[in-house]
Amino acid sequence: MTNAWLAGSLVAVVAGVVGFFVVLRGATFAAHGVPLASFAGAAGASVVGVPAVVGLAVFSPVAAVAIGLLGRRRRSDVVTALVVAAMLGLGALFLSWTVEYASEIYALLFGEVLGVTGTEVWLSAALTGAALLAVATLYRPLLLSSVAGEVAEARGVRTARLELLFLVLMAVVTTLAVPVVGTLLMFTLMVGPPAAARAFVRSPLAAMAASVGIALVTVWLAIALAYETTWPIGFFVGIAGAAWYVLARVVAARRR
Amino acid sequence: MPPVRVLTVEGATVTFGGRRVLDGVSFSVEAGEFVGLIGANGAGKTTLFRVVLGLLKPSAGTVRHLGRRVGYVPQKVAIEPDAPLRARDLVALGLDGERFGVRLPSRSRRERVDRMLEAVGAAAFADARVGTLSGGEQQRVLIAHALVGQPSLLVMDEPLANLDIKSGHEIVELVARLAVEQDLAVLLSAHEMNAILPHMDRVVYLAEGRAVSGTTGEVIRSDVLSELYRYPVKVLDVDGTVVVVGGHDVKVR
Ligand SMILES: Nc1ncnc2c1ncn2[C@@H]1O[C@H](COP(=O)(O)OP(=O)(O)OP(=O)(O)O)[C@@H](O)[C@H]1O
Ligand SMILES: [Mg+2]
Repeated sequence: MTNAWLAGSLVAVVAGVVGFFVVLRGATFAAHGVPLASFAGAAGASVVGVPAVVGLAVFSPVAAVAIGLLGRRRRSDVVTALVVAAMLGLGALFLSWTVEYASEIYALLFGEVLGVTGTEVWLSAALTGAALLAVATLYRPLLLSSVAGEVAEARGVRTARLELLFLVLMAVVTTLAVPVVGTLLMFTLMVGPPAAARAFVRSPLAAMAASVGIALVTVWLAIALAYETTWPIGFFVGIAGAAWYVLARVVAARRR
Repeated sequence: MPPVRVLTVEGATVTFGGRRVLDGVSFSVEAGEFVGLIGANGAGKTTLFRVVLGLLKPSAGTVRHLGRRVGYVPQKVAIEPDAPLRARDLVALGLDGERFGVRLPSRSRRERVDRMLEAVGAAAFADARVGTLSGGEQQRVLIAHALVGQPSLLVMDEPLANLDIKSGHEIVELVARLAVEQDLAVLLSAHEMNAILPHMDRVVYLAEGRAVSGTTGEVIRSDVLSELYRYPVKVLDVDGTVVVVGGHDVKVR
């Protein structure tokens, strides 16, 4: 149980921080697409008989780089959709070759935070540290290029390279989180809390902090409720993610 | 002391799909000068700015910058109203937004940002989200972003395009004043030139890929402008103010 709290908290922190940029850059579709695509990698891993995490670790950066490179000259939403479609097709094929891993696949979609091992917590902690370090390093150019791309470029920021780096960072974060909360929930956590946070505060750092806070409360609540009710944790995270956003909109509307 | 050329463009050539948009464009801007770039739609003004800013590599020719950095004010930025970014955050990114790593807030940085916001008349909305500001207010914030790093050249692409007459004049006067105070060279493009005429030292005009530059008195003339736009344009003196108007119906009293 302690492992679940620790792993869940690490995922919430990193989803809150990276999610801030996901929402600011309007990259929510890619944030949805990269985990979905990497899910195909997990299915493939079970076919060849290696741990699912290995499949995730290979497929998610590949999907991120594909989206980043192909999206440079074309509309990135179309490119994202096609990359995800291709990966899902591959995943369907892999799934058809395996029968006995259905429960493992389910866990990848919705997570099994209650079954997290001590080793996985350490791995999560290391990846969280790396992701936070990366965001701290890229913070200013990433912020500027997110809101005013040409201005950033005129100042010498290599925006195309930065976009690619950011997508890979998102992929790493996904790899970290999927075994814990699943592909679908990671997306919820990377979009719901950061989007809600914007209604409450105005500055970038405050928004990032609020986003982490909301993600933490969401995960803690979901773990506690899942433990009490034995309902899937995914249900609670998904509902909470959307509920925060509705609450935030109400707050924003009343302020106007 | 000879004047410092903060920007020298020599023989810049840009081709898009076989068409030469810029064909050996040469001009220079000196320190403290206010230079207007004019030309019809599609003449290549934005393309030339992209070359000057290093966003586009010309197939031939060179661009040389002398002095400190270049400040750039785009025509507009698309920032959503919800984005958690205050005017002061955007201006602070003008200090060193391109640098990697963490930068702790300091008193002197805050003071520089405050002084800049004050100078452009944006102090009143310093803590508002940039995305909620009007076009003219955003323009001021973008100017503050560009100037807070003390550039030697300010490049503005159609700064007047979204502004009403009063805001347009205020922005131009602001930039002209800051140019003198900070010994700044200004290069801006404009379709509506009346607001910039009183401050403009020199005009660079683009037509058919070529650039010609001259003093304001040489270029802002009915015959020169009519030839440039291939359309009747008249330069009039209205109560001591020079104005430019276009159209077949313009009659001079
Ligand atoms: N990336 C591009 N690919 C192809 N053609 C381009 C590209 N960018 C500009 N052009 C072409 O180059 C020409 C000059 O465009 P530019 O945007 O520089 O004109 P402009 O003088 O700024 O016009 P406006 O006054 O309308 O802003 C146009 O004909 C345009 O179609
Ligand atoms: Mg233009």
